[in-house]
Parts: sequence; C-alpha cells; structure tokens
Amino acid sequence: MAEMIDIQDLVFEYTRDENQEPVSAIKGVSLKVEKGSFTAVIGRNGSGKSTLAKNINALLLPSRGAVYVNGYDTRKEEHVWDVRQSAAMVFQNPDNQIVSSIVEDDVAFGPENLGVEPKEIRFRVDDSLKAVNMWQHRKKAPHLLSGGQKQRIAIAGAIAMRPECIVFDEPTAMLDPKGRSEVMEIIKGLHQEGITVVLITHFMEEAAQADRIVIMDQGEIALDGPPQKVFSQAQVIRDMNLDVPLTVELGCRLRERGVPIPETIMNMEEMVEFLCQYK
Amino acid sequence: MSIQVNNLTHIYSEGLPQQSLALENVTFTAEDGQFVGIIGHTGSGKSTLVQHLNGLLNPKSGSIVVSGVDITQPGVVMRDIRRKIGLVFQYPEYQLFEETVEKDVAFGPGNLELNEAEIQSRVKEAIQLVGLDYEEIRGHSPFELSGGQKRRVAIAGVIAMKPEVLILDEPTAGLDPKAHQDVLDMIRRVHEHEKNITFLVSHNMADIARLADLVLVMDSGRLAMQGTPEEIFSQEEALDSMGLALPEPARLMNMAKKKGLPFQGSFLTVEEAEEALYGFLKRDRDSRI
Amino acid sequence: MIRDITLGQYFPGESWIHRLDPRTKIIGTLAYIVALFIVGDFWGFLIAVAALFGVIGISRVPLKFILKGLKPIFIIILFTFVLNLFMIPGKVIWSFWILTITEEGLYTAFFMAARLILLILGSSLLTLTTRPISLTDGIEALLSPLRKVGVPAHELAMMMTIALRFIPTLLEETDKIMKAQQARGADFESGNILRRAKSLIPILVPLFISAFRIAQELAIAMEARCYRGGQHRTRMNAMKLKKRDFAAGLLLVFFVAVIIAERILF
Repeated sequence: MAEMIDIQDLVFEYTRDENQEPVSAIKGVSLKVEKGSFTAVIGRNGSGKSTLAKNINALLLPSRGAVYVNGYDTRKEEHVWDVRQSAAMVFQNPDNQIVSSIVEDDVAFGPENLGVEPKEIRFRVDDSLKAVNMWQHRKKAPHLLSGGQKQRIAIAGAIAMRPECIVFDEPTAMLDPKGRSEVMEIIKGLHQEGITVVLITHFMEEAAQADRIVIMDQGEIALDGPPQKVFSQAQVIRDMNLDVPLTVELGCRLRERGVPIPETIMNMEEMVEFLCQYK
Repeated sequence: MSIQVNNLTHIYSEGLPQQSLALENVTFTAEDGQFVGIIGHTGSGKSTLVQHLNGLLNPKSGSIVVSGVDITQPGVVMRDIRRKIGLVFQYPEYQLFEETVEKDVAFGPGNLELNEAEIQSRVKEAIQLVGLDYEEIRGHSPFELSGGQKRRVAIAGVIAMKPEVLILDEPTAGLDPKAHQDVLDMIRRVHEHEKNITFLVSHNMADIARLADLVLVMDSGRLAMQGTPEEIFSQEEALDSMGLALPEPARLMNMAKKKGLPFQGSFLTVEEAEEALYGFLKRDRDSRI
Repeated sequence: MIRDITLGQYFPGESWIHRLDPRTKIIGTLAYIVALFIVGDFWGFLIAVAALFGVIGISRVPLKFILKGLKPIFIIILFTFVLNLFMIPGKVIWSFWILTITEEGLYTAFFMAARLILLILGSSLLTLTTRPISLTDGIEALLSPLRKVGVPAHELAMMMTIALRFIPTLLEETDKIMKAQQARGADFESGNILRRAKSLIPILVPLFISAFRIAQELAIAMEARCYRGGQHRTRMNAMKLKKRDFAAGLLLVFFVAVIIAERILF
C-alpha cells in the first residue's frame, strides 16, 4: 500500500521568548501512515501530539527532518495547498473553526477557497452534510447547535474538500458523552469509506477503535503498533500516566494475581465470552 | 449545616414563544459533609439547578434554604449567599484576569470585605489546598501556567471564599487523564479538609460512583432519581432511557450477568470488579484441582 | 436587553423582497436614503412613507417587529427633535424663560425626526429581509470595482462575515464570564461611576483574552481549509440578477423620479 503520510526524523523547536533557548516539542519522530488506515495518536497534554498534527497540515514546518503528505513535501511553498487539500484537519474547539453564520455556507468555505465550480460546491455541500447526518440543519446558525453537532459541521467542512486523509486533533475533548460517540461513529464511517484517518486523542477507549496506536511521550514515539500489541505493555502505558481500557486493566491485574487471562482480550464482549467458558 | 431545596421551578423566556420549563419541582436535601454527585445529559437542567443554588438565577417558585436562611427571598444580600455557597464554572480558567496568581485568588475573598490579614491567610491556604507551591507560584502571571495549573488556581479562587457549600460544574472537562485524576483527588482533599457540602456535576459516571454519597439524576428539568451510587447505578434500564450509562465496571459485570454468570452486586469500581472476577475464576480453578 | 435590538437582525421569509438580489436591495436602500434628503415638504414625506409601507407590506415582516428597531435610537431622535426645536432662529411662536420655539424650528425639527425615523426603518428593512451572508456578498460585489484603487473589498466582506458569526459566541462568552465573576462576589450594579467602571476589569480582561484565543484558533482553522484571500475563490451561491431585480430597479427609478419631480414642481 502507498503511504499517505511519511514523517522522516521530524524535529520541531520553538522559542517562547526571543532570548530563550529553543524548546523542542518533537524530538526526532519518524512515522509512516498508509493510505486507508486508521491511526490513533495518543499522549498527555504537552507530549507533542498536537504539534505533530499541525506539521502534517503544513500549519507548522519542520525545524529539521521532513514531512511528506501524499508525496508533497510540506516545506515546498508551491505545494502547501496540495498538502492541505490532501490531508484536511478538524480541530478541538467546535466553535472556533466555523467561519460562517449559516451551516451550509460554512461547509462551502473549503471548496470555495479551492476554486471549485459553484454547481460542484452545491453538490459537495449537500453530500457532506448528509454524510455527517446534518443535512436537515443546513440553514441553521451554528451557535444554536450542540457541541457534537457543531463538530459534525466542521467534519462536513473537511469532507467537502475531498481529502484523502483527515487529521482529527482531539475532536471530542470538549464534547459530552453523546457528542463524543456521535463524532466517533462518523470518524469510523469515514475510515470505512476509505479515508485515511489520523485521530489525535487522550481517550484510550477511542484510540482502541483504531487499527494502529502510536503513543507519544515527551516529544517522542514511546509505543507503536496494533492495539493488542500496544496494550500488552499496560504497565508502560500506566507509567506514562495514560489509561488503558477497562478490560485490559482487569486482565493485567488478574494476571498479576496468577489468574491466566489471555492478553488478546481487548473489549467487554471478548471478556464476557472468555468468562462464559467457566460457567 | 444543610441545604434544602424545595419544589424549585424555573421557566426560561417566560411569556415568549420559546418559553420552556427548565426546572420542575426539584426537591432534595443535602446534609453536613455530604458529597453530592449530579448527573444528567446536556440540557437536562443541571447547570440551571446549580446556578439557582448560587443565586445567579431566581426561581419561578420554590425555595433554597441554606443553614436556615431561604436565599431566594428578595431581602437576602447577595454577598451573604456567596459567603455560604461557592460555584466553580466549567473551564474556570477563562475567568482569570489579575496580574499575579496571588491577586487573582484574592479577588473573591476581597469582595467579601474581609480584613487584609484574613485575605492573605485564606489565599495562602487555598493555593496550598489545590496542591500548588504558594511561595513559588504566588508572583507568577496566571496566564503563563499550564492548563492544569490554571484550572487549580481558578478553583483556589473560589475555595478561598471558604463556602459552606462548594459546587463544581464539570471541573475536569478537557483535561488529560493524569490532570483529571489530580483535580479529582484535590477536590476530595478539599472536601475532607473543609468539611463542606460538595456538589460535583459530571458526565463521568466512574468519578461520581467513586466520590459521591448522594447522587441526583436530572432529566428534562426534573429530578428523576436520587439515592446512593449503589441504588442509582443498579437501575441500568432507567438510566439508559435518560441517555446515561453505567460506570464501565458495572457495564461489564451486567453484561456477564445477562449471560447467566453468577455475579451479584453493583460493581462501581475496577477493584470491585477485579475481586469478583478473581473469586469467580479462582473458584473454578480450585474446584478443578 | 441585547436581544431586543432588531437593527441588523434577519427576519426569515420567502417574500418577493427577500428573494431580491442583495445588490438590488443595497442600491435601493441607498437611493431611498438619498431621496429622503431630497424631500423637503409634507407631500414628499407622504410619498416616502407610502413607498416604505408598500415595501414593508410586500416583505410580510410584521410592522411591530420593524418598529421595535426604533427603540434603541429613540433617545437620539428625541435629542435631534429638541435640539432643532429650540435652536433654529426665526419667527417666534412660543417663548418661556430662555426657551423659544420658532416656526422654522418646529418645521425643521419635525422633518429631521421624520427623516431619521424613515432612514432607520428603511435600512432595518434591508437587514431584516437579507441574510447577513448575502448582505456581505452584495457589499463585496458592489465594492469590487473599487479594488483597483486599493479598497480591500473581499477582506472587508470577510471581516463582516466573521463578525456576524462570532457576535453570538462573544455574547455567550460575556455572559459566562459575568456569571463566573459574580459567583466570586463581583458586584457590577452598585457604587459610583468610577467604581462601576473598575468592576468591569474582571470581565473585560478575560473577554479580550477569549477574543484573541478565538481569533488565533480561527485563523489556523481557516488556513487549514485553504483560505488564501479573495483570489482563486469561487462562491457556492453565485449572485445573478433576475427579472424581479429589473422590475424592482424600474420601480426604484420611478420612485426617485416622483420625489425629484415633487421637489421641483411644488
């Protein structure tokens, strides 16, 4: 499979004050994301995960190393729009990424910037709003919608640009449980339709739904692999002050007490199934 | 000390076409030293209820009696309410405005017109209570702190008013798991230290199950249920119909019960679930040997 | 209170007026305002009032709703009226102490007040029947010829769009901050002016910080959505003049002609 994102030895430094030494938010990260995959990047606040996301979208440029998105080098100014069109982005605060006071005009914003034909924009806007289940609200003012609904509008705005990849930067951090599950459902749906998904989050139960988990800690990749493999290092994850899913946690605790629970158990259904053998 | 809420009713936009019933006959009592959890999905009336308790909204009818004084009566001085009841809003760090942490925390006590020495000692105590180093942080600008620290400073600003009733509206929203846990531990510490009545509004059922003595469940402006965490979280179907989930350990164990596995109890924490599973699997192995 | 202001609000509808091209409506409103200053006597005003009520009728926006728009500027109208009433020299018809009312004063005061009222009603009808977004599109289109002389037409329109979008957000934010500070014992209602002004600091500082944070996040989000100014940009709803716009244009020319004729002939 081809690579959607190719990050090579990325170092990102910034300075707070002019006189201070530069601080590195990312200290040498290499990561390849395949087309059509669903990757979750998880880490504490300040682990560098959001900085990484902004580097994928050319909103920040590498201090050292390189980032390629769909083959385009993010450092090349002439490709910046290709990069952003290939890998769209959805941010944390649903309020502060909606530009227009009417839902459908907001969804049209991206395609309008790309210079798409008016007829095609109309088609994409309707299509994207239907994809996030918000078409019936297309004439509404965004400030009258719930947090989850606003975030779905932001997602529709990203889809309307027809990207191959969407980077979600903590899209559920400010939502209630209902909004959170609505947004997660849509993200999973997009992945199934073939869009490459990169989900930045600090909720482990969301990361567990991806097919690959990358754990960032202090600007470096600490663990990387399919959920099963990553969760088998439960102690390492806990040492980084991150949660593990409940069933994984229980499995660990019981194994420590000498009860042989298979490490492959990832969710509640599997745990219950395992227990039923002993009925 | 106690807080009694009787038949509290509130209507939004009364007389206008968009009129809606925000609270309907809410009645409950919280006693000295109790930790009260309030749950309910967005729009269920939690925030409206909490703002009434602080005198920020006036009810259409009903009363709120704190230590014998009905704070909904017109004659009551706002400052007296604020002395009794402290409210920490969601994302409280957005209310910081002073040049230094010390001055910001002193804003609340200053408004209570206490003397300088008293304000000083309260500020120091509150900053220490929220787990920050007073000497180190007092002179810092609140805006150069990390997200978790800002939140603590904002909470300290309310704690320094030494309220008899402390209300926190989703104090951990948007924090990462470590900061979330730290803030919760801090709330528990403050509660034990101040021996106040604490109200915690939260979407996180596990936190409520662990901390609360009394749980209030709000649904479309009504107080749909009240009871201990064990009582409330044993009613999965009722909660489900209100769009509320059980704490995760309880959900897992209920799934197992439905498959006919012999578990009994409410399993509100990971530890309880762990013990039950350990007992179950151990018994099985022992009986095979 | 803020919700009571109808000036600048949109009243959703599907009337003939609502469906006119925003450019037609903007030019129409400007022409109407100019006409109000051409008008010089009672009959002229009668024509202007008749025309306005005709348009209000077609727009199906309730009269009560439109009149509410006058409320916030009532003081200004009253002030203008009183100022003109007592300040214009001429033939004295009533006098008391230092106050004198002249025939000319009464005449001017009446016409100035009437002009102001009609001006406000006319322009609020524009905003009431035009979606804010269409309004900014219309302004952008009308200003775009001026781009050659350096008028940033697109940027101005984009600023208006964003302002319209974030007014409710900032109002909400203000409300939240006010409540949070009240919960910390802040008192905005008592004390003298100095004390009250000082009591606004705990609201204004967090509000500015919020506004800057919003601006920064929004700028990043817009960049991520490939925003790069007005160039290469297309629009989903391209504006197109329809038959009704030409009809409206003809009626407008007719109205202005009548006003001018009335002024010259009588």
